[in-house]
Amino acid sequence: MDALISQLQRQFRDYTISLYQQGFLDDQFTELKKLQDDGSPDFVAEVLTLFFEDCVKLISNMARALDKTTGTVDFSQVGASVHQLKGSSSSVGAKRVKALCVSFKEYCEAKNYEGCVRCLQQVDIEYKALKTKLQDMFNLEKQIIQAGGRVPQVDIN
Amino acid sequence: MARDGGVSCLRRSEMMNVGGIESAPLDLDEVHVLAVDDSLVDRIVIERLLRITSCKVTAVDSGWRALEFLGLDNEKASAEFDSLKVDLIITDYCMPGMTGYELLKKIKESSNFKEVPVVIMSSENVLTRIDRCLEEGAQDFLLKPVKLADVKRLRNHLTKDVKLSNGNKRKLPDDSDSVISSLPPPSSPLTISPESSPPLTISTESSDSSPQLSPVEMFSTSPLSSPIDDDDVLTTSPEESPIRRQMMRSPGLD
Repeated sequence: MDALISQLQRQFRDYTISLYQQGFLDDQFTELKKLQDDGSPDFVAEVLTLFFEDCVKLISNMARALDKTTGTVDFSQVGASVHQLKGSSSSVGAKRVKALCVSFKEYCEAKNYEGCVRCLQQVDIEYKALKTKLQDMFNLEKQIIQAGGRVPQVDIN
Repeated sequence: MARDGGVSCLRRSEMMNVGGIESAPLDLDEVHVLAVDDSLVDRIVIERLLRITSCKVTAVDSGWRALEFLGLDNEKASAEFDSLKVDLIITDYCMPGMTGYELLKKIKESSNFKEVPVVIMSSENVLTRIDRCLEEGAQDFLLKPVKLADVKRLRNHLTKDVKLSNGNKRKLPDDSDSVISSLPPPSSPLTISPESSPPLTISTESSDSSPQLSPVEMFSTSPLSSPIDDDDVLTTSPEESPIRRQMMRSPGLD
């Protein structure tokens, strides 16, 4: 069983590091991990779940605001949702999503419709990609615990 | 967790026995923080940050709810709110309806809560914004995303404050023993230099070896410790205090 635990821990460590290296996560995610303990063992997963729900809601708001069939596009309305998404992605360490929101915000301010639509598509892809990656990461954690091991602290630096 | 955006905390009057007003020092050492943020994710995070640093937290989703909680949403100040124990208010700046700045003003205008330190959080490092908040009496300005170190620093100051004032701050609005001395009236420019003993230092008889920071010194480390976004704007207003600028460029005062 120990060999299994070690293997899983190694996998977990490598996977986590790769998420940082590939720019999915930044050190605000590390900050969130600091807030997790035996008393609140699922804190990070809970916050990220809320974040992904936020993504769905905000992206749908943006899509609605960018819908030309309902009349002229209200870029400030789009911008307001982008601002919110930028804020929450920043708070959870979702680095790529946040970076996209920065560009998205600029397109909103420039009232660049094509740019906005492109960003909207990218943001949708990006949050879903992160969600999949994190689900895999949380699954690895679960497997380690089920095998009787502890989830290792991963030192990113 | 305060997911519904409502109020999630006991008021001191509810915690006390009937008839007890000034007596029964309940958890005077325990700091009660009112957190205000329209983002659910941010509310959850700030609440956890505060709880992990041993604060009791009430988290609300708007300035209006904050005023409602404090009993400032109508003209009458009821007796119940006199005993409401709030040691710190931490609020987001950008909120729909009422901004954190507007909330700050309303708090500073109230007789019951003007002594309560108010900390502003913002994702944008805009100097004019920071200056405006400080001039209105904000204790500190935190750049989002807020980190554990930021909250721990706030917490350390509050512990000293609560202990020294015996939890009676709110009952004596003119109390000169109030430990976190507020900034001077908005008209006078700040002339604090970090080396000399500034007139605004937190007055204390604490024998704590770590140096007390004045409110401006407290804030000066915060914006610099976080990476500045591409879109974050550092605007300058020429007539503002140059000394504050200097302080902001020298991190590590903490």
